Parts: sequence; structure tokens; C-alpha cells
Amino acid sequence: MTDTTDPIIQVKNLNKWYGDFHVLKNINLEVKRQEKIVICGPSGSGKSTLIRCINRLEEHQKGKIIVDGIELTNNLKNIETIRTEVGMVFQHFNLFPHLTILDNLTLGPIWVRKTPKKQAEETAMFYLEKVKIAEQANKFPGQLSGGQQQRVAIARSLCMKPKVMLFDEPTSALDPEMVKEVLDVMVQLSEEGMTMIVVSHEMGFAKTVAQRVMLMDDGMILEENNPIDFFENPQHERTQFFLSQILH
Amino acid sequence: MGIVAVDKEAIRKMKPPVVHRGAIGWLKDNLFNGVFNSILTLVFLAFLLRFVPPFIKWAFIDSVWFTTGDVCKECPGACWSVVLKNLRFVIFGFYPHDLHWRPFGAMLLLFTLLFFSYHKRFWSKKLGYAWIIGLVAMGILMKGGIFWLTPVDSMKWGGLPLTMILSVFGLAAAYPLGVILALGRDSHMPMIRYLSIGYIEMIRGVPLISLLFMSSIIFPLFLPEGVTINKILRAQVAIILFTAAYVAEVVRGGLQGMSRGQYEAADALGLNYYQTMRLVILPQALKIVIPPTLSVLISAFKDTSLVVIIALYDFLLTSKTVIQNPEWNGFSTEMYLFVALMYFLGCFSMSNFSRKLEQELDTDKRS
Repeated sequence: MTDTTDPIIQVKNLNKWYGDFHVLKNINLEVKRQEKIVICGPSGSGKSTLIRCINRLEEHQKGKIIVDGIELTNNLKNIETIRTEVGMVFQHFNLFPHLTILDNLTLGPIWVRKTPKKQAEETAMFYLEKVKIAEQANKFPGQLSGGQQQRVAIARSLCMKPKVMLFDEPTSALDPEMVKEVLDVMVQLSEEGMTMIVVSHEMGFAKTVAQRVMLMDDGMILEENNPIDFFENPQHERTQFFLSQILH
Repeated sequence: MGIVAVDKEAIRKMKPPVVHRGAIGWLKDNLFNGVFNSILTLVFLAFLLRFVPPFIKWAFIDSVWFTTGDVCKECPGACWSVVLKNLRFVIFGFYPHDLHWRPFGAMLLLFTLLFFSYHKRFWSKKLGYAWIIGLVAMGILMKGGIFWLTPVDSMKWGGLPLTMILSVFGLAAAYPLGVILALGRDSHMPMIRYLSIGYIEMIRGVPLISLLFMSSIIFPLFLPEGVTINKILRAQVAIILFTAAYVAEVVRGGLQGMSRGQYEAADALGLNYYQTMRLVILPQALKIVIPPTLSVLISAFKDTSLVVIIALYDFLLTSKTVIQNPEWNGFSTEMYLFVALMYFLGCFSMSNFSRKLEQELDTDKRS
């Protein structure tokens, strides 16, 4: 299932600076369809910046990013097309607090995909069922717990029927008791064949789901391997140190 | 160590402590709580006793209501006759006397529309259409000239209808213009940004009075010969341009209060700039700034009284005209109290509206 050879995301010699600060240094990355990649690394290593470049929340200065055959340039049409194909889940959920859960989910489909309202609502309810939160459809985000909000955020992305999902530390702002309910949804999503790039330190999740785990530090990908070798037998001393720190 | 015993039954029976302690207890807690507060309470009571009864005696017991000015001069109390006897002039100004029903009808229409707009449950497309039809009807009633209505020159408009027109149109047009200017000032396009900044800073740099003078005296000099633009319209435009600059800065404050995450979430869904602003950012940003926005609008409402300096007979000037009449000379207190009350009613209902709007749009509350 995962040996589909056609890459959906190609990142070639990617470089990015914030002023004089070199955040991403010659990043090369290919993601195949249905592949799941987990990126870990210390804070400030550029891992969030990397996935934010993939849907152009950040602009890169050098190198190429090609998503589903379209290259990311300043062309606004291309950017909007890519954004509809790439879903994103944020650390702080970023639900729209002035809209009900249902309206949060139908906003993109109705205005971007031009789906009729009734059909958009049916799709929304389908995904809310999937993340087990359908009974909250008419509440506002502020009335939900963190874990519920993050599941809504995942459902909101799914309503756009994306080809790739990006997760930017989806569980690090959650209370410990709510991490599992979100990870369960993500595992289920991966089993259904979604292409996923996840920035996360959840080692259990990485072991169950990922085909490749990567360590980023100082704007570079230092090591990548299958999860078993990555965790059991890390090669780079930076990886060894990182794992020793987070596994206590 | 191990499981801690919990007496669930006892916990369920617990009640919150009773805080109510009757009238005496309330007085003790709130008015005579300590030496300093007791002194404050007594001083304030003495103040009330000194000033409130004499005011009531003056305003209601010794007062006269429907007399001539001469009777008033003999009377020790308030002369409300100055207001009531001249009410039609104060309210309608120089509008032809036998046509007063027309501005009256226009105002009635306006108040009806305002009343329905006050309640969120009436907000709908129909109300929007009602406003459009209503405003056109008000214009026709005031101006006349079609159907069987005698035309009335706008130089004769005055009093309360003029104040209401300047305020309602002024605020209704200044608000959207202000929002556009605020977006312009935050725009990534340098031309638009600098134009907006230039506009806002220029307008905020001059007093409203100078704008009114310019609109009334300097602006006509630039018009080609034979072209005149109605004086009320010029004042109206000056008020709109002035208020919009202030609204813009308030709205910009709201935009800055929005987290990056909201923009990013909208971007990530593929919404374009206009959709992001209209559907995600503005509904939240404008809600945050309801209180300061209403402050700006309330002061704009009161500032419409500055049109007296270009000789428009608004509500304040018609009142002033009455007390300059020898018959009613010396009763300015009563007249200005009445004017103050009318302005207060206007401002107070706007404040109420703002508070109600905030509550109704509040979706962050947990329930």
C-alpha cells in the first residue's frame, strides 16, 4: 500500500532566512502518496517552519517545493489551489471562535470549494461522527475541551478532502488526559491511507504510524530512518542525545 | 497510602455559604464599613439633602408649564413654558408650519426603523430593504416636490430632524468607510497603505470645525461657476469624513487584537483575502471594538451640533434662537436642560445598544 512511487511532495534544496538567520538549510524531502512521516527535533530547529513552507504559510527564498505537480511560487492561484489540497492542523487549534462547530467545518467547503450548503453540512456531520464529536455540532469552540477542539480542527481540515495533512505539534498544547483521543483520530486517519507529515514528539505514535522518522536540528535534517531503527539504534550523536533527553 | 476515603454523601449535602444578611447587614457592609466609608456616606447624604429637594421644588412644585413669558417672569420655579410653547419651532425649525406633519412622519419612520434594528432577532434581509425604502421615503417627505407634496427648500430644514439626519447618515456612512480605511492601513500594498495613513492622519490632525468651515466656505470656491452643492450635504460629507478617520483607528486596534493563528487557519483552508476578512477576521475584530466604536459614534452624534457655526439650524441652534427672543429671555436654564435631556436620551440608547450587542454576539461564554 505504501510503495506507491509517485511523490506528492518534493522539496529540493530548500533554504529560508528570517533576516540574517538561516532557518532552513538545504532541505531535501520527498513524500510519497499515503506515506506518513514524523519529524522531531528540539524547538527552534526549523521543523514547524518546514511544514509551514509546504502550504506557504511561510515563504521560502531558495529551492523548490512541488505539491501534487504544482510548484509553489508567488502565483496566488497556485497557492490557493495547493492550500485546498493540503490540510493543516495547528498546535493551538485555531478554530474560529465566533462560529459554531458546524459552521467552522462548512466554511472552507462552501466558500472555497463552492459546495452547496446542505451537502457541506452532510459532509461536516460525517467527519464529526468520525472524530466522535457529532453531538457538539451546534456549540461554539469556547465551550469544548482542548482535545475536542483539536478533533474538530482535524475534522475541519478533512472536510476540504485534502490529499495531504500537515500536523504542527497537534498534541503539545493539550492536557495530558486528552492527548490520546487526538492521537487515536490520527492513527485512524493514517489507517485510511492519508498522506501525513507530523511534527511531534509522541514516540508511541511515531512507532505505530510512521514509515520514516526524521530528526531536525539547526535547520537541517540530520537523520532519517524507519521508526524501529530510529529509536532503537540512532546513528547521529545529536539524535542519541535528543532521544536520551525526551525518554528520560 | 492508597485510596483516600471520600464521604460523597456529606459533600453532596454541602450548600454554599449564605451571604444575604438583610437590610441592616447590607448597610453595614456597603455604606458604614469602617470610619472613612461612614464619613463618605454621611457627607454624600448631606449633599443630597442640600440639593435634591430644592431642585424638585424648583422643577416640579413651583414650576409653570403652559404660560406666556410674562407669567414666567413672576414665577419662582422653573418655566417649562419656554420649551412647551416653542416646542414646534425647537423641533422643526423654519420648516413651513402647516407642513410639520412631514418631518414628524419622517422622524416617526426613522424611530420605527431604529426600534426594530435594536433587536437582533429582527435582523434580516427584509429589515435591510425596509431601511432602503424608509430612507427614500424620509427624503421624499422632507424635500417634497413629487406626488402632491410641496417642495421645501433644504435651507428651511432644521431642529431635531436635521440633527437626526446628520447623525444617522453620518454614522451609517462613516462606519463602513472607517472599516475600509482600517483595512487599507493594514494592507500589504504600499500605495493603499500610505493613502490610508495619509488620509487618517490628515483628518485627525484638524478639528471638525475647520472641516465644516472648509466645506462651507472654501470648497464652493473650487466648483465651476453655476454648480452649487447643497450646504447640508456638504456638512454631512464633512462629518462622515471626519468620523470615518476615528472609526478607522478603533477598528485597526481590533485588527491588531486578532491572533496570527486566525489568519493562518483561514489561509490554510484556502480562503482568499476578502473571504478571510469578511468571514473570519472582521466579525471577531469588530466585536472586540464595539465599546470604543460606540464611544466614537456617540461623540460624533454630539459633534453634529457644531454645524451651528455654518448657520445650519440644528436642534441646538433652534433652542438657542428661542431663548434669544425677548419674551423668553432669561430662561436658558430650562431650555438647555431640555436640550441636554434629548441628547442624553440619544446617547444613552446608543450605549444600551452597544451593551446589548456585546452580549448577543458573545460566543466565548461557556454554558
